[in-house]
Formats: sequence, C-alpha cells, structure tokens
Amino acid sequence: MLEFLTAFFLLLGGAFALIGSIGLVRLPDLFMRLHGPTKATTLGVGGILIASMLHFSTQGNGLSLHEVLVTLFLFTTAPVSAYLVARAMLHLSGKGVNRGD
Amino acid sequence: MLKISVTIALGCIAAALVLNFWRLVRGPSPADRILALDTMYINTVALLVLLGIRLNLTVYFEAALLIALMGFVGTVALCKYLLRGDIIE
Repeated sequence: MLEFLTAFFLLLGGAFALIGSIGLVRLPDLFMRLHGPTKATTLGVGGILIASMLHFSTQGNGLSLHEVLVTLFLFTTAPVSAYLVARAMLHLSGKGVNRGD
Repeated sequence: MLKISVTIALGCIAAALVLNFWRLVRGPSPADRILALDTMYINTVALLVLLGIRLNLTVYFEAALLIALMGFVGTVALCKYLLRGDIIE
C-alpha cells in the first residue's frame, strides 16, 4: 500500500515538473511563462519530496525529515525569485514602476 | 513497481531539463534566461532526490539542499544585476 502511494506521488511529481517546463517553452511571453516554473514545477518537486519522505520513513530508521527542509526552502523562495524575475522584465521593457528604492 | 515509477519520473525530469535548456539557449530576453536557469536548478533538486530514492542513500539530501540554496542566491544576484546594474552596492 505504501509502495503504491510512493509510486503515485513520484509519477504525480514527475508529471507536474514536466508540465511546468512545457509551459516554460510553449507560452508566448515572459509574464505567462513565469506561471509554469513557479507553480507547476514547485508542486512537482513537492510531490517527489513527499514520495521520498514516504520511502525513507518506511526503511526502519525512523521518520525522515530531511525533505521537510528542502520543501520549506523551495516553497518560500519560489515566489521571491518569481517576483524578482517579473520586476527585472518590467525594468527591461521600460514599463516598470520605479518607486525610488 | 517503485523502480519503474522512479525510472519514469527520472525520464520526466530529464525531458524537463532538456526543455529548460532549449529556453535557456533561445530565450529572447535576459529575464527568460534567468527564469530558465531558475527552473533548471529546481529540476536538479528533484533529480538528486530521485537518485537518492533509486540508490537508497540519504546523502543526496545535503547536495539537494545546497543546490537549492545556491540556486536561489544566484537567481537573486542575476535579477539584481539586471535591475540595478550592480550586485553589491
């Protein structure tokens, strides 16, 4: 049962990561392309990390919590980097609101 | 079953990396290239975690965490460079 759940999360994670990257290639402009990596790919990595947590927690060495660190870090930094990329693009296209910081 | 699904997931992540590389090479603006690099490091974290499951080793988590950390710092530095023309003011 647990192996089935692990396999399910692995496949879900891989599929979402692939969908995010297809979005990165196929969508027409940068502000649309931002959505693929920041949402779908982050969710895909989250799925793979859940699968890894399930796998290593059932190996007999107790609960595996290494993945929580990676998940927490990735999920907090993905919006920040997306925001910075969007601001850089606004700056490049000359439409940026310069708030004098 | 686990082995087959790990192999399929590895294939998905490898295909995703190829697509990201295509965007990195093509990308019309520097912001596109930064976004492609950002996605590449996130996919590399997934690749390392999958390798850890496949080889049944927990050593790869440290490498994944380090790549996640350094990748974020790199993205911030590149965006800062585009925005201000300087990284450390």
